[in-house]
Amino acid sequence: MNAILPWSVHFALACFALAMVFALIRLLRGPAAQDRVLAFDTLYINGMLTILMLGIGTGSAVYFDIALLIALFGFVGSSALAKFLLRGEVIEP
Amino acid sequence: MSPADVPLWAALPAALLLVCGGLLTVVGSLGLLRLDAFYARIHAPTMGSTLGAGCILLASMLTSSAIAGRPVIHELLITVFILITSPVTAMLLMRAAIFRSKD
Repeated sequence: MNAILPWSVHFALACFALAMVFALIRLLRGPAAQDRVLAFDTLYINGMLTILMLGIGTGSAVYFDIALLIALFGFVGSSALAKFLLRGEVIEP
Repeated sequence: MSPADVPLWAALPAALLLVCGGLLTVVGSLGLLRLDAFYARIHAPTMGSTLGAGCILLASMLTSSAIAGRPVIHELLITVFILITSPVTAMLLMRAAIFRSKD
């Protein structure tokens, strides 16, 4: 019917791909470990938004669950990495 | 069920929100790449993770409500989760950076 929504979905997908490339370059190049953790944080949020964008593009409801799981495990991973940088171990006795 | 069948009253604001969210996210990641100190770099991706994610999730809510014909608000779950967890991660990372730059 109207082609404005598929066009904007493709535009946003291109934007997220570019943003993931930027975060990946920072992840590979970062001078300190905290830069790499910050780039990983940005990378998983961009990946989650890409999955949501595929959900809008196909009209399927499955992608919502994948995005929720990526948000959950990404938070666990990046907070564990930050805790490791802060204290030297993740789970303290 | 495809996005081309979404009526115009929902497709127009959803398209605007999608374009805004994509541009905000790419500007945030460009800031992550281009800024020159860690304390400056930690500011940039928060734009993508709060405002960009908010725009995209609002657009997703709008289109799935228009397709289903009733209010579909389960994307609020991701929004609330991102809004709660993103400051926690940023605060832990900043404390780690201060601790590591001390010695």
